[in-house]
Formats: sequence, structure tokens, C-alpha cells
Amino acid sequence: MSVADTEIKSGGDRMAAALRDAGFAALVMFGLMALIVGVRTVDAEGKLGAEFRFDWVLIFCAAVFLGRLGVKLGIGSGVGSVLARPLGRLGGALTPYSQHIIWLGLGFSVALPFMPFADRYVIDVATAMLIYVMLGWGLNIVVGLAGLLDLGYVAFYAVGAYSYAMFAKLLGLSFWECLPLAGLMAALFGVLLGFPVLRLRGDYLAIVTLGFGEIIRIVLINWYTVTGGPNGLSGIPRPTLFGLPFTASPPDGVTSFNEFFGIDFNPTHRIIYLYFVILAMALIVNFFTNRTRRLPLGRAWEALREDEIACRALGINPTNTKLSAFAVGAMFGGFAGAFFATRQGFISPESFTFFESAIVLAIVVLGGMGSQVGVVIASFVLIVVPELFREFADYRMLFFGLGMVLIMIWRPRGLIAHREPTIRLNGGSAAK
Amino acid sequence: MTDALLGVEHLTMRFGGLVAIDDVSFVAKKREITAIIGPNGAGKTTVFNCLTGFYKPTVGRLTFHAGEGPLYLERMDDFRIAQAGVARTFQNIRLFPMMTVLENLIVAQHNRLMDASALSFAGLFGLKRYRDAETQAVEKARGWLERVGLVGEADWLAGNLPYGAQRRLEIARAMCGDPAMLCLDEPAAGLNPRESAYLNALLKSIRDQYGIGVLLIEHDMSVVMGISDHIVVLDYGRKIADGPPEAIKRDANVIRAYLGEEDAPATSGAPA
Repeated sequence: MSVADTEIKSGGDRMAAALRDAGFAALVMFGLMALIVGVRTVDAEGKLGAEFRFDWVLIFCAAVFLGRLGVKLGIGSGVGSVLARPLGRLGGALTPYSQHIIWLGLGFSVALPFMPFADRYVIDVATAMLIYVMLGWGLNIVVGLAGLLDLGYVAFYAVGAYSYAMFAKLLGLSFWECLPLAGLMAALFGVLLGFPVLRLRGDYLAIVTLGFGEIIRIVLINWYTVTGGPNGLSGIPRPTLFGLPFTASPPDGVTSFNEFFGIDFNPTHRIIYLYFVILAMALIVNFFTNRTRRLPLGRAWEALREDEIACRALGINPTNTKLSAFAVGAMFGGFAGAFFATRQGFISPESFTFFESAIVLAIVVLGGMGSQVGVVIASFVLIVVPELFREFADYRMLFFGLGMVLIMIWRPRGLIAHREPTIRLNGGSAAK
Repeated sequence: MTDALLGVEHLTMRFGGLVAIDDVSFVAKKREITAIIGPNGAGKTTVFNCLTGFYKPTVGRLTFHAGEGPLYLERMDDFRIAQAGVARTFQNIRLFPMMTVLENLIVAQHNRLMDASALSFAGLFGLKRYRDAETQAVEKARGWLERVGLVGEADWLAGNLPYGAQRRLEIARAMCGDPAMLCLDEPAAGLNPRESAYLNALLKSIRDQYGIGVLLIEHDMSVVMGISDHIVVLDYGRKIADGPPEAIKRDANVIRAYLGEEDAPATSGAPA
């Protein structure tokens, strides 16, 4: 038998195997879908009737058959690499300009509220995104730098939000007085969570932190006298600009923002102000994290992620290092929570479900563990893009999931996998 | 016994019913290289893990004379032992692979830098005090990189270095913390003859220049016999011999237990 014959033979075999495999996949699809899609219950004159839609089942099975066949014959990976290559090339081409791009992005975010297209809706979406950017940067310290997988990050967000609400309502403190307190409370809870999980790593840590997040939420629901239970807390004071409230009719003796500047009242002022508050908070967090990465503390976090035993052998106190990562990460979550509370004016346990933790973790992982810019891009992809496609509401989550899977296939280490060294031997040191 | 650095007395370690180390005593001195040898499973690495606090010994006293008073290592946490001046390397190299070579050496100077950064506050605002400390740390790291021949690779990821270079980096990292005793767990494993000759020279120069004690676990007899001042031989958790290399080579127990009956203790290559 000649070589050419063998190839034809193996080609035929491959086709046959692929057909068989695709047929099997279609069969599985049929088994799953025959009843779920094929039969639909309808209200037939007061009785329960059934509508048969076997054409749909056929379409589904055909799609699965063709899709599976394509994957088996390698068309899928071909398409993937065709799509992924320009992405990689684009990334490579942009790398030398990364500094400029960051400054451009910063300039854009400062100018955003004054852009002609920036209506209330745009600024609201941008504010929501910045909250997630901030949460992402906070969680990035715990997960990305210190390598401690935390599935209950939303707990600190909740602690921050409720701390602000309670300090403001019970003690009558202003937003700026409460903000550090809320951060402090969240940091305290971070340490509280940190102590019992010091010995845990990886999966075990994830499970315990998941439980911690749920504990906080359930306490919020059930501690009715303090947290208001499922009804939440409302009437949370809005932030003021150095004591100037953003209201149309301020109480006696108080000058409102628009009166002080002699302009007409416009509810957008407050939205813009909130946007700048969260932008400033996020930038401070970013500065802090970038700086800390280049300090012994930040390097110890990363070293801990790399190898805890080696850290111990070098005299690094693992307890302090882990607790500091939990505390700092939680503090940022607490800041974000306080901001969330003042922006909404109303909080309830429903805002602090596991889904939020999952989104924030997805932002960190998708962006690339430890990458600050990656978090921004991932927040855009996960928060703003679904918002843009609100018309396709039904299919939004479908595309969301598909996008996540594709990104993880093509860029398994996240969008920005590059890690900038914290120090270089020749030139470039911490104080940059 | 004035220059004794580490006194090991009646060290015993049991894991359930298994006695990994059985009543081992020896002394390691300053400015000496002490080798611990023995067949596989003799308990060498377990001794190391007890010394460095990764295991808590079942019985025994480990007295360390580095600073003012003696320290009892069996009572201390592993990272406190490292802070007290016991540095170690690992049999299966444990670098920080996703960090650069230089960062590995800077992390090793964590505690000094942490003090200088005043719990990060001085560092956060870039105060001179911290910047100076960091410059010093980089200079120290540069010195060690020159010594182990890795200056050109300083900004590489440590995980991308070739195997021999990773071994050298791990030793440099251990030395960056200014230890009083350096514990090396099979530093020559996987090295070619040229690299292990270089290692010999490096360890001798560390001993002579820094006056510290080196404790060495090694299978490579060319390293052990070439540089050790003092050898402790373990077999099945017991100490069977203790003395200078010449005496060990002639020791009947050692030859029987470890080097084989008819084979004279060779100076190159070890019988498995």
C-alpha cells in the first residue's frame, strides 16, 4: 500500500469517525431536547394543552450535528486561530504605546461627563462600571497578587454599604466622615475572615470564603432590628460637596450646590458629582495598589502566591502577609460598598448575592490575574457591553457565557497576561 | 565548644509508628561545612525540616548560637527560625517562578525592607529612608548576582532560568538574608560536573568570606568529600558515624551501610 493510499484511507476514516461522533452528539441533543423543546404546554381554553414543535428539535439537532462535525474536522480551531491571531497582533502592536493608552483612557474618563453624548444614562452606566473596577482592583489584591481565592468578596462590599448606612443614619455622620469608617469596618471583617482561613489554600479557601459571603448576607436578612431585614435600609443620606447638598429645595439654613454657584437646579449635577467621586476613589485605590506592588508588602503578597513554603524559609511572616492582603482588599470593597449605598440611597441584602462575587471574580480572572488595566477592560466587557446590548436582553447571558468561554480558550491567562516586574536591575525602581 | 553554631541533641522524629530520626546528636561549627550523608530514606531531609521548623521534633533540643543568647529552634515557628539566621534551600527548587530573578533576591530581604518601609507607609510616599534601603537591597542583590553569574538574567522570570542557574539563584536568595547558617538540601542534584565544581568553589568562598556555618545534604561524593570539614552519616534514622572526611572514608560502618562492601569510597560519583 502506498503512502498516498494510506492518507486517503486515514482521511476517510477520520470523516467516518467524525460523522459517527457528530451523529452521537445529535442523538444526545435529541434525548435532551425532544421533550424540553419539542413539547410546550399552552393554555387551551382553560385547560392545559400541549403544542408540538418538532421542527425546532430538528433544527437544534442539525445545528449540533454540524457544529460537532466542524469541531471534529478541525474547522473550529482553524476559525479560532484566524480570529485569535489578529487579536494577539493587535495586542503586540499596542504594547509600546501602553503608557499613552492609559493616559488617554484617564483623560477620556475625566472628560466623559462633558461629552455631548453623555446623558444621565451614560454617566450612570459609567459609574456602575467604576464601582466594579474598584471592586475588581480590591479583589485583585487578594486573588491576583496574594493568590488567595476568595469567593465571598461581596461580604465586604455589603459590610461597607451597611456600615455607611448605619453610621450616617444613627450617628448623623456625613459621607466623607463615614467613608474611612466603612473601609475600616470592612477591613476588620477581612481580618475576621482571614484568621480562620490562614491554613487553607485553593479550593478549601474558596469554599470557606463562599460560606462567609453567605453568612453575611443571611445575617443581614435576619437581623431585622438592625439591618431592616429583607426590607433593607432606605433614606441613606446623599453625599454633599463640602457641605453643599445636591437638592432642589434644601432645608432652612443650608445652601444647596446650585444656589451656591448661582446656577439652575439640575438633577444631573449630582450624577456627575457621584461619577467624579467614584473616579477619584478608584484612582486612589489604583495608585495605592501600584505603589504597594513595588513595596516589600506587595512583593511578599506575590511571593506568597508563588510559594508559601519558600516564603516561610525566607522569614516572611505568612500570617501578617495574608491578613494584610485580606484587610486591604476588604477595605477597598468597603469603600465601594459605602459609595454604592450613598448612590442608591437604598440598600437591601438582595444587592449582595453570590452573583456579585462571581462577577467581580470573573472581572479579575478575565482581565488577567494581577493586572490593573485588565480589570478595567474586563469591567467594560462584563458591565458596559451587556448594557449596550440591552435590546437583545433574552440572549444577553447567552452571549456573555459564550464570550467568557471563547476568551478563556484563546487567552487562558486573561486579557492582559503580561506582568510588569516591580523592579529592574538597571534603571527603574520603586519610586517611579 | 565556643565556636559551636548549632547543637543537635537527642533529636527524634516520629510520624505515627515510623521513626524517621532516632536519637541523633551532632554539632555544627561556625566557619565549617558540615555534610549530612546517608542512603535514600535515611532521614537527612527530615533533620533539615526539624532544624528549619517545618516539622516539630518529637524529642530533642536544637540549640542555635548566632545572636546574643542561645536559641532553642525546636520551640520556634519556621519563619522566626529564618529570621534568626537559618537560611535553607530545597531539594526540589522552590523559587518564585513568575517573579524575576532580581525580585526573588529582593523578597529575600523582606524583613529589613519592611522595617525601612515603616509598615509600608514610608514606602507608599516614597520617603528617602525607604528609597535608600531599597537601593542597598538592590546593590546587595547585584553583588550576589555577580557572584553566581546571573547579572545578565536579572530581569528574567526565575522560572525561565536553566536548572543549574535556578540552583545557584536559590543559594544566592538564601544568602541575601545574611544568615548565620546556610542549610543546603542536595544543591548538586542534577548539576553537570562543571557546575558542581563551580558549586564547590562557591560554598567554600561563602564559608571563608562570611564565616558562616554551612550544613549540607548531598549525594554527590565529589562535592561532599571535596569541601566538607565534618561529615555526619545517617542510616535508617540513626547516626552511624561522625567525623572528618578522611575518617568517614575509612569507617567500617559507613562502608557497609552506604558505600557498599567491596567498593572503596570513591572520590567521584556516588553509588546509589
